[in-house]
Amino acid sequence: MIDFIAQVAPMLLDGAWITLKITFISVSLAALLALPMSILRIQSSRVYRWPVKLFISFFRGTPLIAQLFLLYYGSGQFRPWLMDMGLWTFFRDPVNCAMLVFTLNSLAYQTEILRGAIQSVDAGEIEAAKSMGMQNSLLYKHIVLPLAYRIAFPALGNECILMLKGGAVASVITVMDLMGQTRRAFSQTFDISTYFLAAAMYLIIATLFVMAWRQAERYLYRHQIQRTPGAKSVTAAAT
Amino acid sequence: MDYLTYLSLGDSGWGDELLKGLVVTLGLALCALPVGLAIGTGVAALSISAHKSYRWFANVYTTVLRGLPELLTLFIIYHGVGLLINNTLKWLDPSNGFFELNPFGAGVIALGLVFSAYAAEVLRGAWKAMDKGQREAGYSLAMTRLQIFWFIERPQLLRLALPGLGNLWINLLKDTALVSVIALDDLMRAANIAVGATKKPFLFYLTVCLAYWAVCVCCERLLAVMEQHSKRGVRVSR
Repeated sequence: MIDFIAQVAPMLLDGAWITLKITFISVSLAALLALPMSILRIQSSRVYRWPVKLFISFFRGTPLIAQLFLLYYGSGQFRPWLMDMGLWTFFRDPVNCAMLVFTLNSLAYQTEILRGAIQSVDAGEIEAAKSMGMQNSLLYKHIVLPLAYRIAFPALGNECILMLKGGAVASVITVMDLMGQTRRAFSQTFDISTYFLAAAMYLIIATLFVMAWRQAERYLYRHQIQRTPGAKSVTAAAT
Repeated sequence: MDYLTYLSLGDSGWGDELLKGLVVTLGLALCALPVGLAIGTGVAALSISAHKSYRWFANVYTTVLRGLPELLTLFIIYHGVGLLINNTLKWLDPSNGFFELNPFGAGVIALGLVFSAYAAEVLRGAWKAMDKGQREAGYSLAMTRLQIFWFIERPQLLRLALPGLGNLWINLLKDTALVSVIALDDLMRAANIAVGATKKPFLFYLTVCLAYWAVCVCCERLLAVMEQHSKRGVRVSR
């Protein structure tokens, strides 16, 4: 058993590093883009709102693996054109494709989370700010966004976990992430413990992440925790 | 060849193969749903029981199954349960042949398990959100525990859990695409085969995406109607 772990674990750790890298980059890029997208999403003009709505609906209504195949294999159909554009080197690499698809997918979910949060900011706070003559940019910077991110924070943490798990499908397009290495190790050893080892690693990563997120949450909600002693964390569960 | 010819029914196109795949996909989701709901209800019942060990078990069950990638769960079931059955068969009688768990069965079990873990959390939340005075009212009318559950708690539980379960159903539909990886001839794999033969990956994967999208949007609409219907008895506060 120890021998087996010593043999397989280094491979899996390599994979885990790739998984973490892909997840981190995709989720962070999506987080940056989610803010402008969610502001477009709540505009009253249909011209801004509908494209974003369509984008969100598509990425939330189709399986991640289908999106991945569409981009990675589908780009092959436009190979000559992509080569002319000089983009083929990007699309040829499965890791790039996976990161692009995960970013877009996470963007759709994060935009929707943030939209909900912005819309659930107490109308009274916005009215108070407006009555003090705050312009829109100031209003968003000092009132709406800090409150919205605080509301969205637990949901955004769940989204990160979902992306970590969902990222396992990248192994299907030959990305050697944790799942990819696991499948390779299993095909070499035919030992079911490989999967259990990978399962343990996924659980450890997810648990550590949840613990870190809770700490951050405690910091964000510190003004509320003091007011209601003994209140439980807002994130009730891992996902 | 024209794009529409590729997607046409019959021998010249792949439309009928894709439709067959869609039927398998929907069938898989529909088979996994009752499995997941049944196990999920059981786990939810454990999670609200008075025994600490039952609650602990339910907690571990939901945490583990919700923390693992669906793909990994699928592989563990597909290879693991197959291995387990084979070893048991060999142990019972060494002359037994090799048994292969079919991908559909593995898919139903794996997706059902994943669904059950999330459903247990949804049902537990719905149970906690229910007004406890309702049960007391039932007792005061001399109803039995079973009557209270069936006539008072069950309908309210369904109403409170419906939005969450609806989301899980949509997720389940999308997760079925993963089963193509273990060679079940679902929509996704039908497209893979078509792409192998025609070298038109974008066309076929786009078709697959649009098919899933259409199914999901239809389900979302249906669920919205069901939610409205389930809320018909709730007094709207003004």
